[in-house]
Amino acid sequence: MKFALFTGCVAKGATRELMLSTTKAAEGLGFEFIEMKSASCCGAGVVSEKSPLLADALNARSFSIAEKQGLDIVTICSTCQGTLKKTEAHLNEDAEYKKKVNDILKEGGHQYSGKTRIKHFANILATEEGMARLKERIKRPLTGLKVAAFYGCYVLRPSENSDFENPDNPTGMEDIFAALGATPVYYPSRIKCCGFPIVMMNKPASLDMSGNALLDAIDHGADVVATGCPLCHLSLDSYQPEIEILQKKNNSIPVLHLPQLVALALGYSPSELGMDRHIVSTLKINEILATT
Amino acid sequence: MATFRIKRFNPEKQPEPYFEEFQLDIQPGVTLLDCMNQIKWTLDGSFTYRMSCRSAICGSCAVKANGHALLACQRQAEHIVDNDETITLEPLGNMKPIKDLVVDFTPFWDKVNKIKPYLEPKEAPPEKERPQSQEEFLRIDDSSTCIMCGACYSDCNTLEVDENFLGPAALAKAQRFVGDSRDSQTFERVKELSEPGGIWDCTHCGECVERCPKPARPFDRIKEIMTVALEQGVHNNNGARHALSFFNSVKRSGNLNENRIPVESMGFFNISGLLSLLPIGLRMFFKGKVPPIIHHSIDEVDDVKRIFKELDQ
Repeated sequence: MKFALFTGCVAKGATRELMLSTTKAAEGLGFEFIEMKSASCCGAGVVSEKSPLLADALNARSFSIAEKQGLDIVTICSTCQGTLKKTEAHLNEDAEYKKKVNDILKEGGHQYSGKTRIKHFANILATEEGMARLKERIKRPLTGLKVAAFYGCYVLRPSENSDFENPDNPTGMEDIFAALGATPVYYPSRIKCCGFPIVMMNKPASLDMSGNALLDAIDHGADVVATGCPLCHLSLDSYQPEIEILQKKNNSIPVLHLPQLVALALGYSPSELGMDRHIVSTLKINEILATT
Repeated sequence: MATFRIKRFNPEKQPEPYFEEFQLDIQPGVTLLDCMNQIKWTLDGSFTYRMSCRSAICGSCAVKANGHALLACQRQAEHIVDNDETITLEPLGNMKPIKDLVVDFTPFWDKVNKIKPYLEPKEAPPEKERPQSQEEFLRIDDSSTCIMCGACYSDCNTLEVDENFLGPAALAKAQRFVGDSRDSQTFERVKELSEPGGIWDCTHCGECVERCPKPARPFDRIKEIMTVALEQGVHNNNGARHALSFFNSVKRSGNLNENRIPVESMGFFNISGLLSLLPIGLRMFFKGKVPPIIHHSIDEVDDVKRIFKELDQ
């Protein structure tokens, strides 16, 4: 299976371990991910605050790049996924608007036709074929590890753009955890916001959101949180020490990127997956896996 | 037979809320409100909730069903019942319960009033009406459909942690006037809406869009206000600075320069804001998580720059 990889900016910047582990997970699963080096930032729903048309034109240009390669797009960031899907919906629900956008792209040699599908890494795995491939290639089942999913808002809402069957009660990520041999932990906050979009505007509220989610996961017995969004990862992992000070509670729990968890079960070592680059130590995961 | 697990609360009798279960047959096609009425009329007359029109017009009967806010009269019970043949009913979130499913809407209405939900026209009243073109009307059509049911307010993720946030309903109502061609206070409105607790405190979670029973879709309206605020030059706040920094980064290199955005969002003269970035900056530095110091552009960045230029951005 071959996909055009829309890396997103954060996987190449503050969470380079996501890029590293995605490469390993793809290799282990036998997926061919071709990095879209000329795709622009998805805009993260922020560029559209300034100019919705510009944000859609930039994303339509990225779709066109994948279309030329004859590939579907895979994303590794819930925010990229949701933002790209929003543009896709805008283009497909209004032919006149689509023409307007294509007219803007023309001079650069790009055109959007709508052939390319846009899928989050989790949505590729949570298919019959993805699951079969996963089960076939697991080398180290994650037996005994209790994993709490943190989906990231953009991949679920608005629900009409989501690939998860029931965005109010999704099971895609938990199904993946179970296929990896881990025990999925269901908790209400798994579909909530991590607070990252307002960390620059209202830090206490932002940290409260992520802190509440971490506490909820811990209260439901999780050993680790796994997320499909690097922005959620920044909130949940990088800000965790500040969250603990703010909330005056011990909510320490390691947070993994979904590809790290997958690649761990495919037999890669934690250091190969950049797990030593996290703010919150991930050693607890090794200890749990060593005892089972 | 379905189980209705209802959160009961009567502070005159018991200080803490508790769950009570009722068994009821769900007939095909009945609404959740029909079931609530059946429970009240045949099983427990003290069960308390708001209702009126039964036609998704008045916005009275919003409650939480299985964890999410909805209009009880708009949804069929058999579409809500979960795999255990149960419907859990709770009062709307982010507001104080008064009795059973009835909550105190006072903060909700205070916030709606705060955004000045009335037209402040440019000129003295004309002899007849103030006409609008179809295009001008369509700009405020969606927000006009809000029925003030409070479903968005209930499930808003920012309100859960910050009661000062104006919330999705008031902000959607604000767009109704910010976008109105007949209003004269656009700048003043977006300036006030850009203050703490306003548009930039929206966390983009999309819950309000999901819960809204009408086409009002508050988050989409909030985004429209943000665009107007940026157009009107209301830039002296972290939200606007963040949007502009983000925008300029993509314009320069096609992608994000994560080292610049936090600093530019805070503002170069905002010393306490800049200092607040230090702990996370240092933590990430020592773990090798700081984005590359030399920022690289995407391939074919000139085409991205051309698109910005073509759209006069």
